[in-house]
Amino acid sequence: MNIGKKLLISVAVGSVLLFAGTIATAAEQKTAKKVEKKGNVSSANTFNRLLKKEKMRNAGPADDGVHDAANDSTHVLQPPLIAYDGLPPSDFGNYINWVKALDGGQLKPRYDLSDPDVEPLIMDLNIVREVKASVADVVFPHKPHTQWLHCSNCHPKIFIPQRNANVMSMSAILLGQKCGVCHGKVSFPITTKSCKVCHSKPKPKDWKPPKSEASLQTPWR
Amino acid sequence: MFKSAIIGLLSMMAVLLLPQMAKAEYADVVINNYSDAAGMRPAVFPHWYHRIRFRCKVCHADLGFEFKAGGNKITMAKIIDGQFCGACHNGEISWSVENCGMCHSGIPGTPTSIHGSTVQRLVAPTYKALDGKSKPK
Repeated sequence: MNIGKKLLISVAVGSVLLFAGTIATAAEQKTAKKVEKKGNVSSANTFNRLLKKEKMRNAGPADDGVHDAANDSTHVLQPPLIAYDGLPPSDFGNYINWVKALDGGQLKPRYDLSDPDVEPLIMDLNIVREVKASVADVVFPHKPHTQWLHCSNCHPKIFIPQRNANVMSMSAILLGQKCGVCHGKVSFPITTKSCKVCHSKPKPKDWKPPKSEASLQTPWR
Repeated sequence: MFKSAIIGLLSMMAVLLLPQMAKAEYADVVINNYSDAAGMRPAVFPHWYHRIRFRCKVCHADLGFEFKAGGNKITMAKIIDGQFCGACHNGEISWSVENCGMCHSGIPGTPTSIHGSTVQRLVAPTYKALDGKSKPK
């Protein structure tokens, strides 16, 4: 009889506990719902609404969103990451420092269509372009450019080979003119991380930003 | 509970179904001047693959490729004639034109464009049209 009583009591206690438990979970759910309602902000207020971030660096052809995975040959194409093995990395573009790879001898691209022994016509001349704004002045190195390109690629169509003949602005470059014909499309892009690659000659210590015409003309200054 | 689960499922579906930002390799060029109209997939040109093997000068000075996506008006007739891609893709330097799907491997309907370009990354949508020749749909 004792055993039976104990069993009954335990069952009763168990059921009470279960009931309490369900009440507790129900209460939790209620509070959770309330919290959810409190934190339920408009979906328009998402964090970094306009920041487009790459989800995948150097995606293979089948997953890159441009190649058709239904095409059999897509799967024969080489994924870039395999080819980039051992090349010096960078923070932008293909995430490869192509100029460094060429200098270091990891790459030996041909300068001629069929003859691998043709040497490029290299010119080592730096052009300094003073910048009106406070950012460092631009040093344009001919050397890495002539390693890849021919004079006729840039002169005279894109850049007039004459001092002060080329008017440039970052907005023009960003929209694909002047340097932007290549930079921002094939060669390293214009990002916050790459500014200093071109803007590499710091301003002299006594440099002060020139005052704009509007502020010079204001009588109360 | 059910409601939130359903909402979650729906949002997952939406994320999967929405046109995703192309993750194509920087400087991959989609050339769709005539492909779609001819019932072919657009051609995809990987700059990275070619610059490992050739300097820019070879194609852009010797072969006369313009610095503009879709700006060369390449046709298969010209390629077979030995112009543009046909200077190498002739079975001598590289594989020949019978491998249609190797170039014509783009998703049908993709407009002519160069991928990962600065213009493409600008947030203001008005500039997007400047990048590719075809209008955004």
